[in-house]
Amino acid sequence: MSAPEDHGSEALAALLRGVPGAVLATHAERGDVTAVVDPARVLEALGFLRDDRACAFDMLMDLTAVDYLGYPGRSGPRFEVVYHLYSLERGKRLRVRAGVDAASPEIDSAISLWPAANWMEREAWDLYGIRFRGHPDLRRILLYDEFEGHPLRKDYPKERRQPLVGPRN
Amino acid sequence: MASDPRAILDHTLPPEQDLERDLHTEHQILNMGPSHPATHGTVKFLIELDGETIVDLDIQVGYLHRGFEKECESGTWYQAIPYTDRLNYNSAILCNLGYCLAVEKLIGIDTPERCQWLRVLAAELSRIGDHLTRTGAACLELQAMTPFLYGIEARELNWDLQEALCGARVTSNYIRIGGVKHDIPAGFAARFRETVATTRRLLADFDQVVTRNRIFVDRLKGTGVISKEDCIRYAVTGPMLRSVGVPLDLRKDEPYLTYDAVDFDVPVGEVGDNYDRYLVCVEEIHQSLRIAEQCVAKLEKLGPGPVNVDDPRVRWPAKGRVFNRMEELIQQFKSVTEGPRVPAGEAYAAVESANGELGFYVVSDGGAVPWKVRCRPPSFINLQPMPIMLRGAMLADLIPTFDFINMIGGECDR
Repeated sequence: MSAPEDHGSEALAALLRGVPGAVLATHAERGDVTAVVDPARVLEALGFLRDDRACAFDMLMDLTAVDYLGYPGRSGPRFEVVYHLYSLERGKRLRVRAGVDAASPEIDSAISLWPAANWMEREAWDLYGIRFRGHPDLRRILLYDEFEGHPLRKDYPKERRQPLVGPRN
Repeated sequence: MASDPRAILDHTLPPEQDLERDLHTEHQILNMGPSHPATHGTVKFLIELDGETIVDLDIQVGYLHRGFEKECESGTWYQAIPYTDRLNYNSAILCNLGYCLAVEKLIGIDTPERCQWLRVLAAELSRIGDHLTRTGAACLELQAMTPFLYGIEARELNWDLQEALCGARVTSNYIRIGGVKHDIPAGFAARFRETVATTRRLLADFDQVVTRNRIFVDRLKGTGVISKEDCIRYAVTGPMLRSVGVPLDLRKDEPYLTYDAVDFDVPVGEVGDNYDRYLVCVEEIHQSLRIAEQCVAKLEKLGPGPVNVDDPRVRWPAKGRVFNRMEELIQQFKSVTEGPRVPAGEAYAAVESANGELGFYVVSDGGAVPWKVRCRPPSFINLQPMPIMLRGAMLADLIPTFDFINMIGGECDR
């Protein structure tokens, strides 16, 4: 991970120019152009990437989270929300990452930009316990309401048993 | 006589004689699933109905959640491959392929040419099986038993080929990191050509019974319509996106393996209804047969060669060397007991699966156990806009719409 630069990507160059100071770091390892953005300005950066003509990332292909608890040699926030963007018009991809603190795992919801974020954010809430500010319907999606904890967190033991629940009505 | 049967219900009486004019109606909630014969995954729909018209729809997924990612994070990189079989169990090889390509990207290895052609062949067989199941099952759920049997017969033959290739019919576990399990067996090419001829004959029969069948066309045309804008906003990919006329196909747009060396067309629809999706799927079967034929011809031309990368980090050394040399014996021992180590970092690789973009985002900390394996499931993402495709439609339209979204529970719920 290095100081922000454009790695020959037109979109990344536009982002660095268009939303100055929001990009904290960049890399292009294995051909995947990646920008780590300031979590407080993630919506601004994503909105720019969607609307700017040099970027035109009209599809939010994927949204997920990563728990870096105990990752060797890592300093910085425990969680990261990862957005994979695709531009249908330009056929280009970009990965955007934003850190989320363990103390208050919260980040702005991207639903206002792409409705596709709805279920993906519900899944990240369900499995990682990250709250998305402004999400209209942040319910669990893959697990049931009575499930305790968020199983993809690294401190959730795989063997943990959950209470058995009957039919809700 | 009006052709629309609903015209009979039009109230043409003068208001004072029309007794149903102020009839009080209220919405009812219909609970469909999680175990309904037409939802060939386990999924629940809460449907708000006004008469037979769908007012709103809440989709509840997750009944098949097995903790795919958590399981992947507790085994070696190799032990995740059988789990990927169980994502989309209609096209398991495509799921193997997506995962292995992502891990190979992270390690930075390239596979031999023969291996790549084998992978393309296996992937296309897998896609044919998936599309045959989808179109066949859709006919069955619209009360057409005969075409279903044509489709399933073709799929059985296709599965026989897959069995010859990898020893299993459904959960193939064929693609390996840095290679494939086997080369094609002796006599495969002749058997393949016979199967392709039979499949084409069955598809012609299928086409005759279904494609211009009045009942089938009436059930599909104009139902489950989605617009191009909604597809893009909801990140819909695969045959659903192509049915609205967007020719996005990763095999053409970001060619992986040897897809840039094969000749095939990407069919697209016009209006994005269920009928377009049906036509796109059927044409994709024909195109996949074309690709598979080119693969088999190419494999015959290439002649015998390595099907695994010659890299002791990921593939076992040849048995002759393991039995006779110390270093290879140690290498094999470490490969079996610990599994390969993957350099720290992150990578995303996607393949065009039968349902759309099947992506894998893998993160490694440099160890022998994945830090994270995220599957971007096309079924899950394509299912999300289903309410907007059905608001205002009849309840019966839900069945073909759900069929052609082709949600596969294993992949949707992971």
